[in-house]
Amino acid sequence: MSPVEITKEFNPLRLPSDQRLNRIAGPSGLIIFGVTGDLSRKKLMPAVYDLANRGLLPPGFALVGFARRDWEGQDFEKVVYESVKQHARTPFHDEVWKQLAQGIRFVPGEFGDDEAFKRLADTIHELDETRGTGGNHAFYLSIPPKAFPLVTEQLKKSGLAEQRDGQWRRVVIEKPFGSDLKTARELNDVVESVFPPDSVFRIDHYLGKETVQNILALRFANELYEPIWNANYVDHVQITMAEDIGVAGRAGYYDGIGAARDVIQNHLLQLLALTAMEEPISFDAKDLRAEKEKVLAAVRLPEDLAASTARGQYAGGWQGGEKVLGFLEEEGMDPHSTTETFAAIKLQIGTRRWAGVPFYLRTGKRLGRRVTEIAVVFKRAPQQLFGGAQTQALGQNALVIRVQPDEGVTIRFGSKVPGAGMVVRDVTMDFGYGHSFTEASPEAYERLILDVLLGDPPLFPRHEEVELSWKILDPIEEFWATQGQPEQYKPGSWGPKSADEMLARDGRSWRRP
Amino acid sequence: MIVDLSDTTTNGVAKALVKIRDEGGVVTLGRVLTLVISTTLGEEEEAIEAANDASREHPMRVIVISKAGADAPSSTVGDRLDAQIRVGADAGASEVIILRAYGAVGDDEEGLVTALLLPDAPVVAWWPGETPEVVSESPLGRIATRRITDASTQPDPAAAIRHNAKTYAPGDTDFAWTRLTLWRAQLAAALDQPPYEPVSEIEVTGAEDSPSTVLLAAWLRMALDAPVNHGITTRANGSSGIHGVRLRRPSGDIELERDVPDVATLKQPGQPTHDLALPRRGLRDCLAEELRRLDPDELYGQVITKGLALLEQ
Repeated sequence: MSPVEITKEFNPLRLPSDQRLNRIAGPSGLIIFGVTGDLSRKKLMPAVYDLANRGLLPPGFALVGFARRDWEGQDFEKVVYESVKQHARTPFHDEVWKQLAQGIRFVPGEFGDDEAFKRLADTIHELDETRGTGGNHAFYLSIPPKAFPLVTEQLKKSGLAEQRDGQWRRVVIEKPFGSDLKTARELNDVVESVFPPDSVFRIDHYLGKETVQNILALRFANELYEPIWNANYVDHVQITMAEDIGVAGRAGYYDGIGAARDVIQNHLLQLLALTAMEEPISFDAKDLRAEKEKVLAAVRLPEDLAASTARGQYAGGWQGGEKVLGFLEEEGMDPHSTTETFAAIKLQIGTRRWAGVPFYLRTGKRLGRRVTEIAVVFKRAPQQLFGGAQTQALGQNALVIRVQPDEGVTIRFGSKVPGAGMVVRDVTMDFGYGHSFTEASPEAYERLILDVLLGDPPLFPRHEEVELSWKILDPIEEFWATQGQPEQYKPGSWGPKSADEMLARDGRSWRRP
Repeated sequence: MIVDLSDTTTNGVAKALVKIRDEGGVVTLGRVLTLVISTTLGEEEEAIEAANDASREHPMRVIVISKAGADAPSSTVGDRLDAQIRVGADAGASEVIILRAYGAVGDDEEGLVTALLLPDAPVVAWWPGETPEVVSESPLGRIATRRITDASTQPDPAAAIRHNAKTYAPGDTDFAWTRLTLWRAQLAAALDQPPYEPVSEIEVTGAEDSPSTVLLAAWLRMALDAPVNHGITTRANGSSGIHGVRLRRPSGDIELERDVPDVATLKQPGQPTHDLALPRRGLRDCLAEELRRLDPDELYGQVITKGLALLEQ
């Protein structure tokens, strides 16, 4: 009997044939800047608890909050406790909470205060000793991008960003990644001057959603779809992300940003990339990103931007039984703002697979309902067999991936209407995530935080992808800047008339999601 | 909703299901598997409850076949089949069909369920209590892709595990193995971290009636190829089930112990002692985990066929 060798790459207790073991993150700590914000309270802290509850965090995990508050450690512990109680997805267990609470720390201070960062360094050092976090720490910057230079500089100065052998330091940043190509590069230079590129995790929480990951399974694990997933069969693709709320409370942030920068640049172009890309050779971050970057680099803007883009601002009025303010009347909003709250653009992809297939992207606030979906609309079958009257109620076949809410996939096709004659009408076949896998799927943030701690980057866009998407959007933004005031649209509608006209010019119409 | 059908046939049950679906809307769409539970009369409820809970993760049709136990007196109602259908709020996210088979009706288990299996969906069979001699060759075992037994409910759990080893066929699994997953995950995670040293000796302790302890020892013996010291603790000094594991390495021992219920302590050289939540897993958790993967668990197969033998050498 000779004991089995154990190496970093080979753990005899974690064989590939073992179907049951989840990967547990190694000893590590998560430091959240801007811990008093909404995102942190409603998403990040509950996600940390849910991970702990599912047994996916290391026993010595540490959670450090940094904010400008006059709090003691136990005040912060109480804040985390409240947020977990209120927002966590999984049931509350006292044993799990006690284990987690032992590693909770709070450091009060301003971003500009050297002393505060010294205290942070001391706290992290203390955690390495008492909790065994082993010098592995992720810094989550849940703060406005304008504070990034200051915070990263402070992390560097206090030695916290230093990469040592056998330890890791990672930084997590949220969108927006700049507001155009130039600012995106500046932001990236700031962050990458302190952290090496593979230690920077850019969170687009959409990519953590099960339905978005399911796009890859749907397309590449099945034989059914890939043969028709091309210009031979697909007429066009519509990608929609609609919100029914306005900008209330975020008016200051939103003015000058607008729907396209806020949503199209990141979420919608990522969804487009996943829908249109070729099959990656593996699920490795490198291979996945290579395919996404290829397809983003192949995106072509239409020549006539006036005819193939649309934008609007929501007006005031009644929406679903509620009197709402128009965008320009929102509190704190510049009444002459030309920022758009609805944006629609038409893109082409210059590959043989997608030659001549337009991708229509639209997003907006105060639209009919909250929905995100990808609709692949197929060409109409030649109807020699059926008379015009028989197929009047038959539209084009479509495959719709519902990203949220009511996650699932719908296929629309024609079926005979029962009765003596032969009349064909649209019906749908429906797959609901909630029907086949009823357990609430993990929150996107759970998956993403775990991936950060494991150092598993496939779901995080790289800086190149960010640059490519700004290259797509910048010319459109420049064109819009010369066009004056956006068109007003009724709250609770599906956007301005110009958006409908944009599709009508191509002989198509928007789906009602 | 609960529908009782007394003195009926499976055809009658199938018709009643269609009728419920027509009247009450969709009930069988999106079901991903059929779970057949084989149990004895009067013992159904605990298993049904676990299945209903697990159905929140895996919507399924549950068929419960309930017969008189092996040593029960012969039927007083003659040969007859009583059925009950539960849907909606009475069945979680599943639909439950209970078939109470009296007398000779219960002899043909396969014939009882065939008409009620979901088309094209995998079949999982579960024996929460009394288990056939060779599960993979039993009438229900033959139609199932996955066969779940539970050694800990047998009169002699240790003998039941040895029996499982002798009769193992791919697709067999036992809850004694499922109950180990949390322990195994923690031990594997401990070896993910440096120092990467071989384990020279293994110590596993657990309650006398815990078949999981034996399987844990067999798994470690096989995976690490190191001698195992397998000790027994009585209930007086340890919690039920597994009590602790010690992995001896040159730089010091990794020690995972559960002295109090639901909470374990992890000791590693150069690391602070950690408390971690390690509850004894309930039926619902175990069942949900079993249903997550429906292909044969090869690792379990190796542990029970090879690992156990290595342990007894």
